[in-house]
Amino acid sequence: MSALQPSELDRPPLARGRSAADADFKSASAVLRRADFGDRLRSLALAAPLLVLLALSFGIPIVLLLSRAVYDPTIANALPQTTQALSGWNGQGLPDDAAFAALAADLRGSQAKGTAYELAKSLNARLPGARSQVLKTVRQLEAAGDKPPLDVMKSVPFWSQPGTWPAIANGTHSITSFYLMSALDLRWNNDGGIERVPPEQAIFLQVFMRTFFVAAAVTLATLILGFPLAYLIASVPKGLAAILIVAVLLPFWTSILVRTAAWTVLLQKFGLVNDLLLWLGVAEVRLDLMYSRIGLIIAMTHIQLPFTLLPIYSVMRTIQPSQMKAAYSLGAKPVTAFRRVYLPQVFPGVMAGCLLTFILCLGYYITPALIGGASDQLISNFIANYVNVELNWEMAAALSFILLVLTLALFGIFARILGLDRLKLV
Amino acid sequence: MTKAAPLSAESAGPGADTGRQGFVEFVDVEKSYDGRAFAVTRLNLSVARGEFLTLLGPSGSGKTTTLNMLAGFERPTNGVITLEGRSVDRLPPYERNIGMVFQNYALFPHMSVEENVAFPLSVRKIDKPDIASRVSRALDMVRLKQFGDRRPAQLSGGQQQRVALARALVFEPSLVLMDEPLGALDKKLREHMQLEIKQLHTMLGVTIVYVTHDQSEALTMSDRVAVFNNGGIAQLGSPDDLYNTPQSSFVASFIGENNTLAGKVERVIGKECRIALDGGGAITAQAIGVADGAACHVAIRPERLSLAAGGHAENRLAATVDGRIYLGDHQRLLARLENGQVLTVKVGPEATMANGEPVMVSCALGDCRAFPADAGTGGSKSKTTGE
Repeated sequence: MSALQPSELDRPPLARGRSAADADFKSASAVLRRADFGDRLRSLALAAPLLVLLALSFGIPIVLLLSRAVYDPTIANALPQTTQALSGWNGQGLPDDAAFAALAADLRGSQAKGTAYELAKSLNARLPGARSQVLKTVRQLEAAGDKPPLDVMKSVPFWSQPGTWPAIANGTHSITSFYLMSALDLRWNNDGGIERVPPEQAIFLQVFMRTFFVAAAVTLATLILGFPLAYLIASVPKGLAAILIVAVLLPFWTSILVRTAAWTVLLQKFGLVNDLLLWLGVAEVRLDLMYSRIGLIIAMTHIQLPFTLLPIYSVMRTIQPSQMKAAYSLGAKPVTAFRRVYLPQVFPGVMAGCLLTFILCLGYYITPALIGGASDQLISNFIANYVNVELNWEMAAALSFILLVLTLALFGIFARILGLDRLKLV
Repeated sequence: MTKAAPLSAESAGPGADTGRQGFVEFVDVEKSYDGRAFAVTRLNLSVARGEFLTLLGPSGSGKTTTLNMLAGFERPTNGVITLEGRSVDRLPPYERNIGMVFQNYALFPHMSVEENVAFPLSVRKIDKPDIASRVSRALDMVRLKQFGDRRPAQLSGGQQQRVALARALVFEPSLVLMDEPLGALDKKLREHMQLEIKQLHTMLGVTIVYVTHDQSEALTMSDRVAVFNNGGIAQLGSPDDLYNTPQSSFVASFIGENNTLAGKVERVIGKECRIALDGGGAITAQAIGVADGAACHVAIRPERLSLAAGGHAENRLAATVDGRIYLGDHQRLLARLENGQVLTVKVGPEATMANGEPVMVSCALGDCRAFPADAGTGGSKSKTTGE
């Protein structure tokens, strides 16, 4: 029974002092900590290339772009003297002649520096119609010769209109809320309060709502189509399941542009879908599927199906058949067993798939551009338009920022309801 | 085995066999998955009320298929299964009122222990307070009362299996099926749980049909054991029946340890026979279905062989020691006969034979059982194997 007697190793180190043992313990923990630190350093080093790439190609550009939504120094840079002259202005009525003179000087200066067009564009974003007035005034100032610049300014009625100077004064602040407010169809009124823009100018709220509606409709459609399919794939033998998965993934391996183009072929007025509907007698006349909301939703559903299906499938695959057998043997009818045993277990997968599809849909650009009509353009199309066509990056940044905030808020709500750890994204 | 059997059993009063009459009956049940090979063939089995019956067999022998048919997860291809005299052919599993315990526990991971145990009650629309008290009693029974609000994943394997037991018993089914419930546990825990299940069985008087491939588990727990082989029952009997009087070489070798000597029957005299062993030597044994001149296997338990000189055992075989395995409380001696066949002999821990030492192995006629050599399937009447 030697095992019952304490061995040499188990015996407390009485011979050596307590402090010696303590010191031993301390140095041991220091060694452990050092090893731990080394481990962490190594894993950080492994991730470093990716982190650098992400920071350079993703983090910094996003911050730079989004910052343009609130930081726009174009007007302040182009009108330095006006900025100074207006610093004491109370915003009521018209400013004094010194401000007019300063503006005239700034306009001539901008012409010399070649920034006149940029200024005109930037002012136009805040003050519709300002572009032509600025360029016209610049030309007149050029041609004025001996005529005092102040008189030239006074001769253009635009500069004496009520809304003009407050807009200029606002523009001279580099940090601005103008674009973010515009992205929500809001503006500052002359009393310094917030008001909605007139209905004929309001556009973005409607586009945001349309974007969210289309995303929700596509998510629902993919769920309705994907859930039974995922269940089928999860319940058939492995070989058949592999074939079905490939069938689901096959379109996934084709570019979105190609698939979208394919849908334009199918959805045309004289396309295959209309032919089929007529032949089946479902429809009596050819439907307008192209350039319509329904066509857009059909095409997006097709593209998004794997995104919704795969997370659901991956969760379903982990549920053992004995779960349902157990539920039956315990007296649960099939519907009850499905509702109380199966569904709660696949719910995280359903949520993950739906969230993935919903968020991806919020950013759809090519498909609405090609298949949607003029009234089916989503927020990304507007952002792209501001970036590529209007060259109004401030507005693009503001819309992107609002979209990002809404998306994050949505994700936050999901994560809060479900718990992030239960959201099985992989 | 008529369908009226359970009724007559109830009216027959106390008799030797009445308690063992057809609570569950399998009548000529067959199951085929593909229409050609049979996983279960010509199965006739009667389970008595309150009995602990084990279906024992190697994997693929049809025992789990049999259990699944009883549970309602599979439908028999032919034949009838009755439960309390009523055919369950058309009864889906959720209307059979049979508790079932699975090898992987099959606890619902998204429910707490309490909710798991309450599940069979809540689907039966039982009042909330009633559910609470029955759940707490069931958890008390498996000594898990303080774990009620845990999730299954927070419990050890043994605790999870106890939850599964409580869940299968809480709705007071008259029949409980267990499909290798202890297969995933380690040896020590398994032995402990065997006792616990046995105690629950005695305490509740519930009928249990238990599936395992572990013969020691079957012997420990069961009132009766049905040994399955090739889709049929090779032998049905009490544990000591199976151990001491196996009816086929399959059962003899599947249950417990056995020495097998190959030989040829010289003559059958009544219940006994004389056998010429392959390679020389002769032995007398119990004749179990062997005929004159047939090749046969003689099965002898290691503990029935002895090295004692003298004595009055009918069979004495000269051998040399080929090895000795020390096992603490006893030793296994490998004795090589003159014909080259090797016997394992159970000897005391104090034995000290050296390799090569000559010994005389003896055993009584009654402990040697001769089976036909070809009949690996033994007494089963299988047509085709399901394998």
